[in-house]
Amino acid sequence: MKFAIVVYGAPYSHQAPLSAFYFAKAVLDQGHEIYRVFFYHDGVYTGNEAIAPPQDEPDIRQMWSSLAAANQIELIVCIASALRRGVLDRTEADRYEKSNANLDSSFTISGLGQLIDAGLNADRLVTFGA
Amino acid sequence: MKTLLFVHTCSPHGSIKAQEGLDALLMGSAFADCSALFLGDGILQLLKNQDTQQTGQKNFSLTFAALRDYGVDKVFCSKAHLLSHAINESDLVIDVTALEDKDVAALLASNDVILNF
Repeated sequence: MKFAIVVYGAPYSHQAPLSAFYFAKAVLDQGHEIYRVFFYHDGVYTGNEAIAPPQDEPDIRQMWSSLAAANQIELIVCIASALRRGVLDRTEADRYEKSNANLDSSFTISGLGQLIDAGLNADRLVTFGA
Repeated sequence: MKTLLFVHTCSPHGSIKAQEGLDALLMGSAFADCSALFLGDGILQLLKNQDTQQTGQKNFSLTFAALRDYGVDKVFCSKAHLLSHAINESDLVIDVTALEDKDVAALLASNDVILNF
């Protein structure tokens, strides 16, 4: 079965990015496919490379990044949510004349159409942090 | 083609979730058959005469009037939640079909994909 995962909550503030991660792992472990992970609302902070958690806490961005690399999973950050929260890739940082780009390279900025597409094309859309 | 139901449950200005939910609905309407359901405090998003000037928030309630132009003409709310919030249908910025609880359940069951905001 193809699963789409949607994350609304911010890491270290909300359980959503971690619960979504463990769900994604379970989906893969059971032989299913992940169609896409879409980060919306405060969920976009999950891709913020500048987050530096204490050593005794999980590195949530790194966990997603490794899972995505090992399984070729698309991690999409909503552009509208990301821009107003200061999560920028190099292209957007240049476009808005900001000095810092801070989006982890495992994540891709794209539009809300990717959320709708995930809803239409995955067998199940599962939202965390609604 | 699958049908999408956008369920809005947040009050309008305490967080941006309501506004970003409306953004998602507008985007969805470009691709698919979309309906909207307002439950609980989500009904407050539809109140007429919202004035956000003193809060510094964007008054996105004005955008609901455009839903019909986007092809979203199936907009529902819970009749029980209108009552519990002491709101009349005439207090709302757009025409909304108020549903009994059993019809809310049927609406949720009849759509292929549900997005919660």
